[in-house]
Amino acid sequence: MTPINWFVVYPEVLLLVMACIVALVDLWSNDPQRRLTFWLTQATFAAVAALHFRLFDAGDTLYGMQGMVVADPMGHLLAAFSALAMLVTVAYSQAYIASREMLKGEFFTLAMFCLLGISVMVSANNFLVMYVGLELMSLSLYALVALRRDHPVATEAAMKYFVLGALASGFLLYGLSMMYGATGSLDLPEVFKAIQTGRINADVLTLGIVFVVAGLSFKLGVAPFHMWVPDVYHGAPTAVTLMIASAPKLGAFAMTMRLLVEAFTGLAGDWQQMLIVASVASMLLGNVAAIAQTNLKRMLAYSAIAQMGFMLLGLTPTVISANTISAANGYSSAMFYIVTYLITTLGTFGLIMLLARQGFECDEITDLSGLAQRTPWLAGVMATFMFSLAGIPPLVGFYAKFAVLQSIVSTNVPGYIWLAVIAVLLSLVGAFYYLRVVKVMYFDAPVQPPLPQTLAGGAAALMAVNGLATLVLGILPDGLMGMCRDAIIRALAT
Amino acid sequence: MGLLSVAIWLPVLVGVVLFALPKPEQATMVRWLALVGAIAAFVVTIPLATDFEIGTAAMQFSERTLWIERFNVYYHLGVDGISLWFVLLTAFITVIVVIAGWESIEQRVNQYMGAFLILSGLMIGVFSALDGLLFYVFFEATLIPMYIIIGVWGGPRRVYAAFKFFLYTLLGSLLMLVALIYLYYKSGGSFDILAWHKLPLPEFAQTMLFFAFFAAFSVKVPMWPVHTWLPDAHVEAPTGGSVVLAAIMLKLGAYGFLRFSLPIVPDASREWAWFIITLSLIAVVYIGLVALVQQDMKKLVAYSSIAHMGFVTLGFFIFDPLGMAGGIVQMVSHGFVSGAMFLCIGVLYDRVHSREIAAYGGVVNTMPKFAAFAVLFAMANCGLPGTAGFVGEWMVILGSVKFNFWIAAIASTTLIFGAAYTLWMVKRVYFGAVANDHVKALADLNFREFIALGLLAVSVLWMGVYPKPFTDVMDASVAELLRHVADSKLDPSP
Repeated sequence: MTPINWFVVYPEVLLLVMACIVALVDLWSNDPQRRLTFWLTQATFAAVAALHFRLFDAGDTLYGMQGMVVADPMGHLLAAFSALAMLVTVAYSQAYIASREMLKGEFFTLAMFCLLGISVMVSANNFLVMYVGLELMSLSLYALVALRRDHPVATEAAMKYFVLGALASGFLLYGLSMMYGATGSLDLPEVFKAIQTGRINADVLTLGIVFVVAGLSFKLGVAPFHMWVPDVYHGAPTAVTLMIASAPKLGAFAMTMRLLVEAFTGLAGDWQQMLIVASVASMLLGNVAAIAQTNLKRMLAYSAIAQMGFMLLGLTPTVISANTISAANGYSSAMFYIVTYLITTLGTFGLIMLLARQGFECDEITDLSGLAQRTPWLAGVMATFMFSLAGIPPLVGFYAKFAVLQSIVSTNVPGYIWLAVIAVLLSLVGAFYYLRVVKVMYFDAPVQPPLPQTLAGGAAALMAVNGLATLVLGILPDGLMGMCRDAIIRALAT
Repeated sequence: MGLLSVAIWLPVLVGVVLFALPKPEQATMVRWLALVGAIAAFVVTIPLATDFEIGTAAMQFSERTLWIERFNVYYHLGVDGISLWFVLLTAFITVIVVIAGWESIEQRVNQYMGAFLILSGLMIGVFSALDGLLFYVFFEATLIPMYIIIGVWGGPRRVYAAFKFFLYTLLGSLLMLVALIYLYYKSGGSFDILAWHKLPLPEFAQTMLFFAFFAAFSVKVPMWPVHTWLPDAHVEAPTGGSVVLAAIMLKLGAYGFLRFSLPIVPDASREWAWFIITLSLIAVVYIGLVALVQQDMKKLVAYSSIAHMGFVTLGFFIFDPLGMAGGIVQMVSHGFVSGAMFLCIGVLYDRVHSREIAAYGGVVNTMPKFAAFAVLFAMANCGLPGTAGFVGEWMVILGSVKFNFWIAAIASTTLIFGAAYTLWMVKRVYFGAVANDHVKALADLNFREFIALGLLAVSVLWMGVYPKPFTDVMDASVAELLRHVADSKLDPSP
């Protein structure tokens, strides 16, 4: 292993340098619109995404920093999508934060540090590196939630997020320290080998894995560690909600893959059971609780819990059959699921921001009343997202659910087939509240008096692209599916 | 691009164009565009019938292209003697629906017409898909336009009806999705329906698959006791929606039995035939009685549809060539007759804005031309010889006499109940003295309505007097299907 290989992390280095530059440039900038800061940030995100896509295409697996970080196709793909998600988030947010006195340099710098944290998480090959990445991401997000510091709801959300987030980080750290104590190494491959020897005290490992899974569940926002999700989604300014709801999910997914699949493969029997319980509990709780919501952001928060639960199903089956083909099938399905879920999430929260204006958040479901008559194309886009989340073909959300379902049915274990039946029945429950949003937009009369419609041009165009992506990926899902599959196969091969 | 692809995508394309029109206020232009699109879409299906090769059960006009490589899904289309008529029926009914909605729809005309055209293309897709996932995508996608149609242009309880329609049918199809995935796994990674026909399956799996398909198709048919969504949907839907629901959407379910349940799980189908037969007889007798007491014309015809569809499923599960062909003929004729019945109700509703039987009386005095049509269709609905309704019922009864005399005896009570509820309605609505001022003020059919009803009347009489072209086409396919069902395909290996 090469001692230090800067080449491995150069997208991250670029990101770090640019984050510092943006922070400095912003100090000298007098522009109240912060155009220079905005465009520098966006250019950086675009460059990072492009770099990661190129490296993904190259398909090499490289280790750097004494093997503490790994740059493999899975990491590149997740990092590239995270950068894209950040780019879209910031693009949607600009008008929103400008009208809420949040258009400060901090917003952009923190967003970049958040992405840096995610990038570190996805390419970590060592417990400590992973934890540092996680904390970098989390601390940036805590600060972002509290950015609107005079707003009581946002401050409360920030407090809640910080306290619970710190607790979860503590869980994770505690679990990892136990793993370190049992195996004697912080490097994931070493931990993997140590566990495979079978000479490690199983009790310590089991206790450790419980804490690790608890920490991961919190970061993914699945039951029973979901309590923060509705409050934070609801309380945070929508721009920040979107930032929490999008790219960090990929980071959490990457962390789950690195820890559970790459390091703790030997404990699969334990963590799979926990994931199954977490998955079913999330789908049940998320879908049922979402029905009762009147606030759109809260409803989407519960929907996020349910969707993450469904995604987890893709991680549950695979190691039982003990061959990498079915493992790759399951993990790549889960990855496809989370990436496509991100596309719709970006769209839904982006749409809320697009419709919001000074003094009006547009975060109640009824605020969308009659949207089909006010702005037909926007209602069409939102309906596309809702049907996609409900898993109705030919939208991309259907293929995500389909991919996960086929991965668990293909195990041919009767219990898993029943799990698939439970999953589809719970997603039927979920269809109800997604349909309700469509109902409000299409069947109800417009709000009186009609709200002025002034859509920001750039964000509106992006929204159209976002909606089209949901449809086009639904008609031609093969490319993205193939990418996820390649990434996972390479990750498992090493 | 093959003929079937054109038949599917032409109406979808026109529908999308209608949705995207820059000036949807120009309703006249929208209507003409929709009509031209619908007629063109019907014209392209005509060569399917004229060039159809009679006497073979093979799939014709096949198209096969790889669609989703990741899951080995093909864009595979084709029609045989069973599906051919439904493709034509769908395109034909769409023309009628466009004509029927000409004046009665005033709001969002472009969306209304667009939704019907898209729906038409999707339903043709269902009838011609030969790939399991493609079938599912079309099958489910039809829910979206129908949900919008009922919810936007429907009656006072449209929201309730739209939700009930959507969730009921989604429940069934989600279970079918699990079944399709299971078959995909069992067949070694293929979604080819024709390959599934040959796939050996153990008994337990067959039973589970049978009930999964049953869940999807029985809701769609609908069979007693999962029929309750249909009266609600019919009553609340606009006229065009009711016509499409009754004439085509119900056939999707019955068609599913022929394409999936019978050939894929023949052993379970034979094993559980008594179950389907029992439910069908309950539909025929009990629902017939329910229809008798309806006060609302649309509800009456809706219940009559359920009873008639009970005849169809009965014909399928007595495993007799006459019964099965009779069931298919009944499906086609019911498409004409029920569509026409709903159209007649629409004609009255447009003028009086009531569907209550009690609100009418003596319509024949003010609308003689219309009453002539209405009585013709009513006669067809009770199965009068010489009309389309007779042929199918007669064949099914003949087939079931061979199977079991008592089943035939119970089934033939439909001739009594059908006549009772239909003729009683005709008597109360059309005959007698003019009941009130509304009826007195009625104007007879205009040219547009005359054309729509006239086209249907010709079809009903043609099919009643000379059904040979219809049965000739399907004979080979029906014989092949029955031969296939007779063979056990239990998995020889345990």
